[in-house]
Amino acid sequence: MTAAQITATQPIQNALDQAAAGPYGAKPRHVSAGRIGLYAFLIVAALFFLIPVYIMIVTSLKGMPEIRLGHLFNLPGEPTFQPWLDAWLHACTGRDCNGLSPGFYNSVKITLPSVAISIICASINGYALTFWPYKGANLLFGLLVFGAFVPYQVVIYPLIIGLSSVGLFATLPGIIIVHTIFGMPILTLLFRNFYAALPVELFKAARVDGAGFWRIFFHIMLPMSVPITVVAIILQVTGIWNDFLFGVVFAGRSNWPMTVQLNNIVNTTTGVREYNVNMAATILTAAVPLLIYFISGRWFVRGIAAGAVKG
Amino acid sequence: MQKSWRRRFHLPAVIGTIPMILVAVGVFVIGIGFSVLWSFTSSKLFPTYDFVGLAQYRRLWADSRWLVSVNNIWFFGLMSITCNMVFGYLLAVFMDQRIRQEDLFRSIFLYPFAMSLIVTGLVWQWVLDPNLGLQEALRNLGWSSFSFAPLVDANTAIYALVVAGIWQGSGVTMAILLAGLRGVDEEIWKAAKVDGIPTWRTHLSIVAPMMKGAFATAFVLQCVSVVRVYDLVIAMTGGGPGIATSMPAVYVIQLITVRQNVGQGMAAATMMLLPVLVVLAFSGIVIWRRNRLGGAEA
Repeated sequence: MTAAQITATQPIQNALDQAAAGPYGAKPRHVSAGRIGLYAFLIVAALFFLIPVYIMIVTSLKGMPEIRLGHLFNLPGEPTFQPWLDAWLHACTGRDCNGLSPGFYNSVKITLPSVAISIICASINGYALTFWPYKGANLLFGLLVFGAFVPYQVVIYPLIIGLSSVGLFATLPGIIIVHTIFGMPILTLLFRNFYAALPVELFKAARVDGAGFWRIFFHIMLPMSVPITVVAIILQVTGIWNDFLFGVVFAGRSNWPMTVQLNNIVNTTTGVREYNVNMAATILTAAVPLLIYFISGRWFVRGIAAGAVKG
Repeated sequence: MQKSWRRRFHLPAVIGTIPMILVAVGVFVIGIGFSVLWSFTSSKLFPTYDFVGLAQYRRLWADSRWLVSVNNIWFFGLMSITCNMVFGYLLAVFMDQRIRQEDLFRSIFLYPFAMSLIVTGLVWQWVLDPNLGLQEALRNLGWSSFSFAPLVDANTAIYALVVAGIWQGSGVTMAILLAGLRGVDEEIWKAAKVDGIPTWRTHLSIVAPMMKGAFATAFVLQCVSVVRVYDLVIAMTGGGPGIATSMPAVYVIQLITVRQNVGQGMAAATMMLLPVLVVLAFSGIVIWRRNRLGGAEA
């Protein structure tokens, strides 16, 4: 089942690389009404994607009296950064009024180790599956790929019970373990595909020279894995940073990541709704993955395709 | 290929993949096994082993909240996947016309995917908020009869979720389908042009079938995210108004946390797993048969 899917992956990767080389496809025959319609469609579509964020940025820079006037699209009359400061330092969730910053640090504390551990595990998995397949290894891999499709809800409760039986439920190590578990299927697939595309002679030559499992991994495979590791890091950092479900269930109140705190700040039912603070908080939460997106550019698209290929 | 250098069990390889063994067997086999097992028990807050047969499933399918959730997921899935595919395909085709500023457009169409679904949900909650969002803004611009507040009406709230889903996901569909389009040989276009076939016919009858792989990839990605839709609902509607936008994923989490009814929650989770298993088994058989036929030809 998986082998066919993996070979189906390659054209997409290639096509993505080609896409980088420039447009292919049908050529326009003439500059005409059709061209104008084309750009009109694209620009309207772009507005659909941009307007919500425009509203957020503009509103986050207004004071509450100005917001109540209801001129959603107007630029702020008296721009103020106070909502941003409030969002970061003073916004309330229930009784705690420390803003989003604790959530930010929690997200960092969760994301960095989770990304590192899950990528280390997955690269070893991919390497072992490609070059040292032991009896039953492919069955394990099949189960792992199956895990990529499973609805999380089927696994969450047994994980809660399992983690609390070893005292890790609602702790920082607990949430890191959970992210490692759910990142493993797709990352292992990613690394396995990458290593399978390397020339096997490389491995054989090292074996002839007497290198063992770990030596080949650290001295030959790891240095060659930089591109796939970059894709994996992008995939994991954005995925884990954006996670809500695992954070709210497994992290425990004191480790709640930024997304959970944001939702609590915004969807809190008490008090006056400070839309400007809420929107500033939302932009702050989206900032890290957006930064990664704009810096990484095409690598991000590759990551998506790689993620998509888990299907 | 000579494989004598591969031993049956190479100890370092087994040791190196211990995490994988633990996850594959411990989580995805034993964990799911326990979930299914508990669905046949009367577990409340903590798991018990008091077996009650199919009682939890009978209660589940008599629960209006669950029935609404199941209806919602089908409706949401069909609507959002269809719209996503159509919109994503249109975007991809239009992007493929040697347009200016292609990178800029691509960035704009794709950036919502980089953000958390919580963020997406909150953004659209505000845009559609009757006192703050589009409705109020357009009324203030002079269109006083304008009425557009889908989120406060139980009948329309789910459409708002679909719109947010499209906003978040159609850029990815566009990126995957665009890659598929660029993978089609340019000679095809020339040949079709020589034969005098209109461009839209070439797209639909010749090129689209050649992009089967890209369509399948985009489709599977959509399906997986639809089954898992949780964050978006929580941030945007909280399952409301009332229970109008409840989804199976939300229902299960509510049962095992707030309502402390693990038995029934696991029954619901098992029902979520069932269609996934059926589809996986079906596609597994299809691929296995194709591989076997391919092997026979070679």
